[in-house]
Amino acid sequence: MKRALVAVLLVLSALSAYGANRFPMPQFEKGYFIPESTAPAARVAWLEVLDAGVLFAALSLAAWLVLKKRSRRGLVALTVFSVAYFGFWRAGCICPVGSIQNVALSLCGGGYVLPLTAAVFFILPLVFALLFGRVFCAAVCPLGAVQDLVVLFPVRVPRPLASLLGLIPFVYLGLGVLFAATGAAYVVCRLDPFVPLFRFGGDLPILLAGIGFLLLGIFVARPYCRFLCPYGVLLNWAARLSMWRVTITPDECVKCRLCERACPFDAIRVPNASQSGEKRRADTRRLALLLCLVPLLVLAGGWSTSRLDRVFARMHPAVRLLDAVRNGDEASRNSMAYELEAFGGSGVTKEDLAATADAVAGRYRTGGWLLGGFLGAVFGISLIGAAIRRTRETYEPDRGQCLACARCFMSCPVEHQRRREAAGRRL
Amino acid sequence: MPRAMDTRDNRTGSGRIQHRREFLRTAARGLLLGALAALGGWAVLRRRCASPGGAACGTCPDLERCTLPPAVSTTSGRRMVWQLDPSKCIQCGRCAVNCVLSPSAVKCVHRFEMCGYCRLCFGFFQPGTSVLTSAAENQTCPTGAIRRRFVESPFYEYTIDESLCIGCGRCVKTCGAFGNGSLALQVRHDRCVNCNECAIARKCPAGAYTRVPAGQPYLFKPGQTGTQQT
Repeated sequence: MKRALVAVLLVLSALSAYGANRFPMPQFEKGYFIPESTAPAARVAWLEVLDAGVLFAALSLAAWLVLKKRSRRGLVALTVFSVAYFGFWRAGCICPVGSIQNVALSLCGGGYVLPLTAAVFFILPLVFALLFGRVFCAAVCPLGAVQDLVVLFPVRVPRPLASLLGLIPFVYLGLGVLFAATGAAYVVCRLDPFVPLFRFGGDLPILLAGIGFLLLGIFVARPYCRFLCPYGVLLNWAARLSMWRVTITPDECVKCRLCERACPFDAIRVPNASQSGEKRRADTRRLALLLCLVPLLVLAGGWSTSRLDRVFARMHPAVRLLDAVRNGDEASRNSMAYELEAFGGSGVTKEDLAATADAVAGRYRTGGWLLGGFLGAVFGISLIGAAIRRTRETYEPDRGQCLACARCFMSCPVEHQRRREAAGRRL
Repeated sequence: MPRAMDTRDNRTGSGRIQHRREFLRTAARGLLLGALAALGGWAVLRRRCASPGGAACGTCPDLERCTLPPAVSTTSGRRMVWQLDPSKCIQCGRCAVNCVLSPSAVKCVHRFEMCGYCRLCFGFFQPGTSVLTSAAENQTCPTGAIRRRFVESPFYEYTIDESLCIGCGRCVKTCGAFGNGSLALQVRHDRCVNCNECAIARKCPAGAYTRVPAGQPYLFKPGQTGTQQT
């Protein structure tokens, strides 16, 4: 009997169209209410306004604590709050680091409209950096905050190595924007090492990377911020132009060198004497040479990166699918089995897919030129930066690299003097 | 800043350089602030065309090609959340394992108005099962999340226990293959944390995941509900 029923069902399923009602809604006799399919609403809008408000308040507080109050203790409290709110409560999303990609995608068309929250999260920290320096990095960014809490025994990374590692964020930023703008992927979000910690789950390799970064961060202060963070690149640029910035000592510097040792990020520049005329001429010649080199680097970078379009295009699902459809070997066919099944049922023709994939590849050729040119320019300009020597009379934080963590204040004897005096005045 | 001021006062050579640098900085800062303001303004303006046909659309040239549903209100307008399109879904089972949440924010949703209230429900029973009891080996659902309740002969009501459902889509597949297809996978927005890039979307083989307006976050037709059948 049951087998017969199954057979009937199979025939029915073969006859009727997919998804149509094979079995009509029964006519109930005893008064039965059809229950409602529940549809819980999405997060209410005002909570997102609240997020933006909290971001603004936290940035303002950080700027006040760093520049006016000069309080490391207050900044630590704010750091803990940021980890709790933007990290664990908001599950690390959306953060300004990832919002670069939203902005890139919306600017490069594709019908994606930039959500207002993403726009606010992208713009606000940059505006604050232009005005007050990197106060966002100091205590508001959840990724930076969680690393700042584990800086226990910071060691100094050798300057040449640090400069070399400092080029990685530019590459990461360039690739992140390229893949986001072409609609392939949000790599920066995908590889965010701390979000799985905030969510207590996620990809195991990424989770392990996050734990690794935190362990490394005990000795190498804030490794992600200094040697990976793509948003840090933008904040670095903005902070170089900042209107107000961190001053280590509130008064005359006594050149005790204590702040130099207190900075775990190696962001304090020491005084250097003026150069002699002889050395200066050699330096000028080298600078002129480097200036001629920059356009060459831009062209070489652009040309070589635009050759990589096929490699980059593999990040795009349409291109991967076309490869599997056309000439996948057994292994890739097996790994793409579901994709091929979905493609078979979608009604999209092979030609349509090929056209899409071609358009994507074309975008990567243009994108490759831009990315390579950008990286060439960055490399050339950082060479020039290394060739220029600025005369400094006191210890001062590097405009771009200073994360405004306020650690140097606590080491400065003049600052302690000021506090004692302020306390005395209050009494 | 005060230090720069000091050097500005005594017009030595380095003072002039400082002055020039400061001027360039101010100019660049102003330019960048302007650019950021423009970006913000642009984001707000584009967001305003959230209700197609509404007053905010005016004479928008893209109005005819606009694909946003008309009921989207301006306040929730351009807020987007993730959802999967059941008509594209092939029930591969990746929703169950790729979500950043565990268990997944994707759950099976029962659209009762499409249900046939079958006694032999293939969403509930493993196809090919010989004994129609609710023993675990007979059930399609690996976690026993589908609850079966007798309504009246020969009809049964099936409800999903979302605390048990892992979003694997096995019941959706069998219901679609043999029944009315009243079961569908959907992102449940009381659970979803709305990642910037949905972790399931990037693994979805059918490209079924899209960003949808937060005002209408589900992609199935609700139909008539709560009506009495006599």
